[in-house]
Amino acid sequence: MTLKQYLSFITNTFDKMNSTSIAANEANYLKYRGKYKGLLGWIFSTDHKRIGLLYLYSMATMFSVGVLLGLAMKLELLAPGKTIMEAQTYNATFTVHGVIMIFMVVVPGLPAVFGNFLLPIMIGAKDVAFPKLNLLSWWMYVAGVFLVLAALLFGSGTPDTGWTFYAPYSFRSGTNLLPAIFGAFVLGFSSILTGLNFLVTIHRMRCPGLKWTKLPLFVWTLYGTAWIQLLATPVVGITLVLVALERIFGVGVFDPALGGDPILYQHLFWIYSHPAVYIMILPAMGAISEIIPTFAQKHIFGYKAIIASTMAIAFVGYLVWGHHMFTAGMSGTAQYYFSLLTFLVAIPSAIKVFNWVSTMYKGSINIQTPFYWAASFIFVFMIGGLSGLVLGALAANIYVHDTAFVVAHFHYIVFGGTGFAFFAAIHYWFPKIFGRMYDKTWANTGWLIFFIGFVTLYSPMFYLGMMGMPRRYYDYLQEFHGGNILSTIGSWILVTGFVIIIVNLVRSASRGPKTEMNPWHGKTLEWTVPSPPPLENFDEIPVIEENDGPYNYK
Amino acid sequence: MEQAKIVVHDHYDAEASKIGMWLFIFTELLLFGVLFVIYSVYRYINHEAFHLAAEELDTFVGAVNTVILLVSSMTIAMSTTSLQKKNKTITLALTGITLILGIVFLVNKYFEWGAKFDHGIFPGSEYLTENLSQGEILFFGLYFIMTGLHALHIIIGLVLIAVVMWKVYTGKVHAERAALLENSGLYWHLVDIIWIFLFPLFYLIH
Repeated sequence: MTLKQYLSFITNTFDKMNSTSIAANEANYLKYRGKYKGLLGWIFSTDHKRIGLLYLYSMATMFSVGVLLGLAMKLELLAPGKTIMEAQTYNATFTVHGVIMIFMVVVPGLPAVFGNFLLPIMIGAKDVAFPKLNLLSWWMYVAGVFLVLAALLFGSGTPDTGWTFYAPYSFRSGTNLLPAIFGAFVLGFSSILTGLNFLVTIHRMRCPGLKWTKLPLFVWTLYGTAWIQLLATPVVGITLVLVALERIFGVGVFDPALGGDPILYQHLFWIYSHPAVYIMILPAMGAISEIIPTFAQKHIFGYKAIIASTMAIAFVGYLVWGHHMFTAGMSGTAQYYFSLLTFLVAIPSAIKVFNWVSTMYKGSINIQTPFYWAASFIFVFMIGGLSGLVLGALAANIYVHDTAFVVAHFHYIVFGGTGFAFFAAIHYWFPKIFGRMYDKTWANTGWLIFFIGFVTLYSPMFYLGMMGMPRRYYDYLQEFHGGNILSTIGSWILVTGFVIIIVNLVRSASRGPKTEMNPWHGKTLEWTVPSPPPLENFDEIPVIEENDGPYNYK
Repeated sequence: MEQAKIVVHDHYDAEASKIGMWLFIFTELLLFGVLFVIYSVYRYINHEAFHLAAEELDTFVGAVNTVILLVSSMTIAMSTTSLQKKNKTITLALTGITLILGIVFLVNKYFEWGAKFDHGIFPGSEYLTENLSQGEILFFGLYFIMTGLHALHIIIGLVLIAVVMWKVYTGKVHAERAALLENSGLYWHLVDIIWIFLFPLFYLIH
C-alpha cells in the first residue's frame, strides 16, 4: 500500500466514524475540518482534545507492546530453566518492557490523555495556554518512541541494562544503548513541556469566578504533577546526557576507572525517578477524586485536605529518593532520614484513601463501570502502598531488596494504581470524549476478569519475594515453581480481560449508542458542554457564581 | 463532512508567555544545577587535583569572555527598552550587537578548546589517562561538559535572537507584542548568569 493510499484509507475511516456520529453541536472536535483533512488534520491539529486522543492512541499502542513483552516474561517464568527464551533475551525483554511502560505509558499517562482533553474544559477555557507547544510535545513524544524503537531494531543488540540504565554497566554494555538513552531524554523533554503548558494554563486561563478553592481535584493533581515534571525531569535529562557522553567519550563522571562514582549516578537517577512515581500516581488519584463523588452523588469529603495532601505528596516526594538505594552503600544517617521521610509520605496518601471512603459513606451510590474500577483502585492501591512501607523500613528492606516482592509492590502501585485509574477514567469520560456509550455488561465483565487476573498475577510475587526469589532472572529454583505457575496463569487471565475491555471500547467509539451530555450527573464543567465537545469547548466562557462548586450535589 | 471552518487562534497573552519562560528557566537551572552538584562533590573529594588542573586554564580569555557576555546582556536589555520606545532601528542595532558579541564569545571558546586539544587534553585522550590523576581527569571532563553545554545554550540563544531580529524587522514583534524579544532577553540573561558561575568555579578558585 503506498503512502497516498494509506492516507486516504485513514481519511475514509475517520469520515466514516464522523458521518455516523451526529453530535449535539454541529462542529464538534471529531468532525471539524481545518487546514488539512484526514490524518494530517489530526497530527497537525493544535486542538487540545485532538492532541489528547493522539496521545491516547499512541500510548495504547505502546501499552499493548509492553503487555505482550510482560506476557512473554511470565511465559518464560512458567518453569525453571529455559522455557521460551535465553537469559540475554530475557534481560532485553524486561529492559524494553520497563522503558516502554515507564517512559512511554505511565509517565505521560493520565496528564497527556485526560489532562490534555479535560484540563481546559474543566477550567472553562478554550484551549491550553500554548497550543502549538502542546502539539510539539506530542511530536517529541513520537520522536522519543521511534528513537527507542530504533535501539531495539538496529545496531548491536537490544539494550539489556534494565530501565534504570545503572552505571557503570550502561556504558559498558555492548548493546545499542545510545538511541534508547536519547529517546528517554526526548520523552522527558516532552513531559517537561506538557507540565509547563499546564502550569501556565491553570494560572492564567481559569474562567471568571473559578477560584483556586473551586478547582476540580483532577486539575489540582495536574497542577502538582506539572511542578514535579518541571522540576524533576531536567535532573534525569542531564544524567542521561552524562551517561551518553560517558559512552561516547569516556568523560569519567560515573566511571570508577577514571575517578567517577557510579553511586552518584544512582542518586541523580532516583532524584528524578522517585518523584516520577508521583507524576504517575497523582493524576490517577485526581481522576479517582472526580469519579467517587460523581457516583456517590455527594460532595467530596475533605476537599481542602485532598488538595493539601496532593501538594504534600508533590513536595515530600522529592526527598525520599534514597530508599531505592538502601543496599547500595549509604551512611546510616542518610538511611534513617530517607526511611523516616518515606514513612511520612505515606500519610498524605492515606488521607486521600480516608477521604474517598468517607465520600462514599451515606452516599447514594450508583454502581457503574467507572465506580467498579475506582473501588478496585482503592483496594489494590492500599496493598501496594502498605507493601511499600515494608520496603521503606530499613531492616525489612535488606531482606526483600531486589526480590520479586519489589516487583509485586510497584506493579500494585503503578499498574494497579495508575493503570486501574486510567481504565476508570476512560470508562468515566468515554461518553464525553466520543459522544457514545460502551456496552456496560461487557465493560463490567472485562473489569472483573482483569481484576481477578491482576490479583492472581502479582499476589504470588509477594510470597515469592519473601521466600527469596530475586527479580530480573530468567531462571529460578524448583521451590519457587508453584507460585510462578499461579502468576503466569494470572497473566493469561489479565490479558483476556484487557482484550475484552479494548474491543468493547474500540467498537463502542464508532458504534455505541449515542449518549446525552451528562450521563453520570457529574457537576464539573466538562459535563456542561455537548458530547463530544465542540471545537472551542464553550460558545461563551462560563462564569462561576459564589455558590457554585465542582462537587455541589444536593 | 463539514465544510472547512478555519479558526484562527490568537490568544496573545504576554503575561502567560513570561510565566512560561520563567518556568522554562527553572528547568534550565536544574539542568545546570545537577552539574554544579557533581562539580562540588568531586571538588570536595579531589581538592588538590582540581587546584592543579585549574592552573591549565587561561584566566585572561575567561575574563574577556565574561566581559563580552555581560556587555551582550546589557545590549539585549537595552534593545527591549528601545522596542518599547518604538525605535526599530536602534532595537535592531542593539540585538545585532548582542548577536555579534555572542559569536565572538564562541570564537574565543573555539580557540580555548583548540589549545587544550593541541595539548592532548580532551575526554578519553591517551595523554589524560596516562599522565594525569583521576581528579584532573574529572576536572577536565566536567570542564568540557559544562562549558560545552553552555556553548550549546549560547548557540540556541543566538538562533533565537536571529529569529527575533527577523521578526522585529518584518514588524511581527513590536511594542505591543514584545514578548518574544523579552523572553529571548530572559534566556540570554540565563546563559549569562550560568557563565558567571562557571567562570570562577573553573578559572578563578585556586
